[in-house]
Amino acid sequence: MMEGFIALYIFMLAGFTGYEIISKVPVILHTPLMSGSNFVHGIVVVGAMVALGHAEGFLQTLIGFIAVVLAAGNAVGGYVVTERMLEMFKTSNKEKSS
Amino acid sequence: MMFVINVAYFIAAVLFIVGLKQMSHPASARRGIVWAGVGMLLATAVTFFHPEIKHNYFWIILAMLVSSVLAWWSGKKVAMTDMPQMIAIYNGMGGGAAAAIAAVVLLQNDVYDPLDKVTQILAVLGALIGAIAFSGSTVAYAKLEGLIKKSFRFNGQQMVNMAVFGVTVLLGLYLALSGTNYGGFALFVFFVLALAFGVMATTPIGGADMPVVISLFNALTGLAVGFEGYVLENPAMMIAGIVVGSAGTLLTQLMAKAMNRSISNVLFSNFGEVSSGEDDEVEGSMKPIEAPDVAAMMAYAEKVIVIPGYGMAVAQAQHKIWELTKLLQEKDVEVKFAIHPVAGRMPGHMNVLLAEAGVPYDIIFDLDEINEEFPTTTVTLVIGANDVVNPVARTNPDSPIYGMPILDADKAENVIVIKRGKGAGFSGIENHLFYQDNTRMLYGDAQQMISAITAAVKTF
Repeated sequence: MMEGFIALYIFMLAGFTGYEIISKVPVILHTPLMSGSNFVHGIVVVGAMVALGHAEGFLQTLIGFIAVVLAAGNAVGGYVVTERMLEMFKTSNKEKSS
Repeated sequence: MMFVINVAYFIAAVLFIVGLKQMSHPASARRGIVWAGVGMLLATAVTFFHPEIKHNYFWIILAMLVSSVLAWWSGKKVAMTDMPQMIAIYNGMGGGAAAAIAAVVLLQNDVYDPLDKVTQILAVLGALIGAIAFSGSTVAYAKLEGLIKKSFRFNGQQMVNMAVFGVTVLLGLYLALSGTNYGGFALFVFFVLALAFGVMATTPIGGADMPVVISLFNALTGLAVGFEGYVLENPAMMIAGIVVGSAGTLLTQLMAKAMNRSISNVLFSNFGEVSSGEDDEVEGSMKPIEAPDVAAMMAYAEKVIVIPGYGMAVAQAQHKIWELTKLLQEKDVEVKFAIHPVAGRMPGHMNVLLAEAGVPYDIIFDLDEINEEFPTTTVTLVIGANDVVNPVARTNPDSPIYGMPILDADKAENVIVIKRGKGAGFSGIENHLFYQDNTRMLYGDAQQMISAITAAVKTF
């Protein structure tokens, strides 16, 4: 098992990182950012793959299969909707920054 | 191989953080999601070679293919107006996945070689949070999609909810500390209770509070993913999960603050409960108006402020409004858009729709920026917004929305409200603005009504 305190440090630093990177986000980006962070926790798909990959017996395999289905949906769906939302910001922003 | 996988996970974690950082600035936002996407692809690709994956390759690939195609298709097809519920459902799926991972891990826990206590506690905790986020997000989705229309409330509901939650936590504690061989049954009951709690906690919450709830579930899913990352010794999951967990918590706080409420208040208050606010009598009456009269008022106005709400989203009226805006600008009418932080179903929801229609940012304003301008405004056009312009939030301490910052639409010279029917808003509270002497009601579909106004303005 991973050294407990190293994990604690990772959690702590990741926590502050998350807080810092969005602390000055403008209101117009709230929905896309929520959607984007929703996509990022789609990384759960790698865990789901591992879980299904060493599942034994019918019940575990079934649950693992569900895990991969749900996780892949989170990642792919999260990406598509975020990308679609941010796509609309592209042109408007060029106008404004110029 | 493990070395390569770890390097890939490390790069993925960096890309996620950089991506999120870029997503919080308008100019680089689009690049941000692409970077994060690259990280995700990289992490997923190397995981196929993970030594812990011993078999079931066929099922893994099948599950990913089927789910990806469905999610891709639904994400592409969904209308911009329905984005919030899509985010809710995708988020719920992530929570469900974290809970399912925990279930597999706990079922595999061996009597003779048990996991250490910290791992078990975090596995159970992740399972609890993930399951709640899953069922809660599903309810949020169903509510926004209109599949569940009523907010179920009964006396002592919070006591029942807390009791269920307490039993679930105790059972989880037992599972985590007893350490070995659950025989499945206790674990099954634990998951059923956790899922039930998610449903029970979300059903009574309605309308204006839903964005906060979805954001909260997003943060919770992040935490669950982070905890399961520890259980699977996967640093990419730990980092990404916790980053989202804390960023999501901050976002939730910002939203709750915009509504002048605490998060616990949103979750446990009696918002819109039957006893409060029902019997307040409104003086005056709703006075209807026709589109040509509105057009005349606007064409000769000095300043027009448009307040879009969920009704604009439903009617897909954003393009028509931009058309009308351009027409009025040609007639030297100053047009501004006022956006309440929680207008629509999510913060920034209206901004996204207006951006889609091509409305430039510099005429779109936040509540703080524009509220003092209403007294000098000739016409305020309220399109399908309700609770966010209800003056009782300022005047009536008994109202459930008392204290929520609102757009002071009522202070304008004339107020035009485009509304489908005479019913109350999502929260079920009567809107005193509609009964004011300077308010006129334009009944009908927002898109059709705006088109009618535009056509009439052209004749002036």
